[in-house]
Amino acid sequence: MREFIITRFFQLIVTMFIVSLLVFLMVRLRGDPISIMAPPIFNEEQIQALRAAWGFDRPVLEQYVTFLRKAVTGDFGISFFQRLPAMEVVIDRMGNSWLLAAVASLIGLTIAVPLGILSALKRNSLLDFASTALASLGTAMPSFWLGLMLIIIFSVYLRILPSFGALEPKAIIMPSVTLGVGMAARLSRLTRSAMLEVLNQDYVRTARSKGLQSKTVVTRHALRNALIPVVTVFGLQLGWLLGGSVVVESVFAWPGLGRLMVESINVRDITVVQAGLFWFSLSFILINYALDALYMLIDPRIRIG
Amino acid sequence: METLEVGKVSPEYISTLPPQRSLFTRVTSALFRSPIGVAGAAIVGFVILLAVIGPQISPHDAVDHNLRSRFKPPGYSDSSGSYALGTDQLGRDILSRIIAGSRVSVLVGIVSVLIAGTIGVTYGLVSGFVGGLVDTVMMRVVDALLSIPFIVLVVAISGVVGAGLGTLILILGCTGWVTYARVIRGEVLKVREMEYVTAAYALGQNRPMVMLRHVLPNVISSAIVLAAVQVAVTILAESSLSFLGLGVKTPTVTWGLMLADGKAYINSAWWMTFYPGMAITITVLGVVFLGDWLRDFLDPNIRARA
Repeated sequence: MREFIITRFFQLIVTMFIVSLLVFLMVRLRGDPISIMAPPIFNEEQIQALRAAWGFDRPVLEQYVTFLRKAVTGDFGISFFQRLPAMEVVIDRMGNSWLLAAVASLIGLTIAVPLGILSALKRNSLLDFASTALASLGTAMPSFWLGLMLIIIFSVYLRILPSFGALEPKAIIMPSVTLGVGMAARLSRLTRSAMLEVLNQDYVRTARSKGLQSKTVVTRHALRNALIPVVTVFGLQLGWLLGGSVVVESVFAWPGLGRLMVESINVRDITVVQAGLFWFSLSFILINYALDALYMLIDPRIRIG
Repeated sequence: METLEVGKVSPEYISTLPPQRSLFTRVTSALFRSPIGVAGAAIVGFVILLAVIGPQISPHDAVDHNLRSRFKPPGYSDSSGSYALGTDQLGRDILSRIIAGSRVSVLVGIVSVLIAGTIGVTYGLVSGFVGGLVDTVMMRVVDALLSIPFIVLVVAISGVVGAGLGTLILILGCTGWVTYARVIRGEVLKVREMEYVTAAYALGQNRPMVMLRHVLPNVISSAIVLAAVQVAVTILAESSLSFLGLGVKTPTVTWGLMLADGKAYINSAWWMTFYPGMAITITVLGVVFLGDWLRDFLDPNIRARA
């Protein structure tokens, strides 16, 4: 297990290194980033001055080494727009995004896990059919459209929930439900199939045949094993959740990292975009790293094998 | 006694076999046995039909302004005609715009996925087949790309490169390949240990030949199943980007842009938001259904279990 954790840690470092290269190259897709950053009213002389001030006149390799050396310490430069260190701007918004992701995950798991298990136990029942239908619908629906529909119902007609911002605690309800429902749709079918798979295993049949109550079989033998793939997919779904948050945060004007990314792209604030991309990537990688470790804790087969 | 030549089958034996059916017959007959498959194919077929013959059947012009009939609710009709799904802030017919918008979704869904699939399958094939350090490096690049959420990546790139339909299709194609690469590489690792691959080497075929003739055909069905999923993901991504103002720009009509308009007038005209979103949902649902059916059809193991 220790060896695994160390190997994965080195993989993580290599991956982050490649991410830094991607983030560096991405803003140079059209050549010099100055062409994106400079206001259109700038004349050639001003553009040259700006270029020199940002070091974009140096050789590309030298630029990258400088970028990497600073990035390791969390320094992505000054936000062109807000006149603050880009990392500070990003971290300032992180908390809101984490809060939203956590509440949405909680909603998603609370819906998906019991629903998936019940559908598997009562296979081909009306409940199973209904939850499969809802899951398909939830996957097909653009999350931001669901958000807009909630705004129409709860803000425009019923007038009980705020449609934007994070000024009062209940403002989190709609954005987190929007993301949570999408997540539940993706997770519930998976929980169902994982549970079905486990219920067909020999050890479940053994447990049943030695006369254990159905409830004991499900909770002690089946559920624990069925949750293993759910944990893995939950980790991968976080990518969907973080991505979905970009659009959903924009719909609800939720002051998180996703909305910051869109705002910064719109004003061509490339240092903030770079810092944001880096954070998205780092958090996704770290969470999956942690989940892999968790995975080993709940599945001894991997720990030994 | 009659002697049988090796490699030759007696005509009597052949006559006992069921008649050979063409691929088309096999696919369609399997499709019609699955309600989900039929539903998916019907929806997808309908949307493609709309995209092709849209302008001919569209009740109004999708971009013509008519300021006298702004914000009319669904079912409204006047001297200029009827508006089944209402009108928007410039008096344009929502139904006609939904029909026009199907073009972008179909185009983006098909072209981007073809680009992504081609890059991804090639990448995964090479990575899995060559193996060793090359594979390790190639897969770390995939890990790195997958660690940034797809939408975030596309938002950032289109912010730098600029928006527009053609650019967007290219961006979605050039970022969507990563999933294929990982899946195909995993399949290649399995297939390349198979006996028929060893047999091909034993018969003296060279490595590129084995890769193209023996490995590729056996991993391609995974790519097809994945492609169906990716069509759905790509259509949703296009609508998200256009909604955010980072994708396709007016005057091109897309469902995502219609939703952006709808959001601006969400307090007064719910139909501007409701119908385009329904169009996206139904289309994606059709793609998902068709994809589910394809997966079951192409993977006999799942078929046997279900």
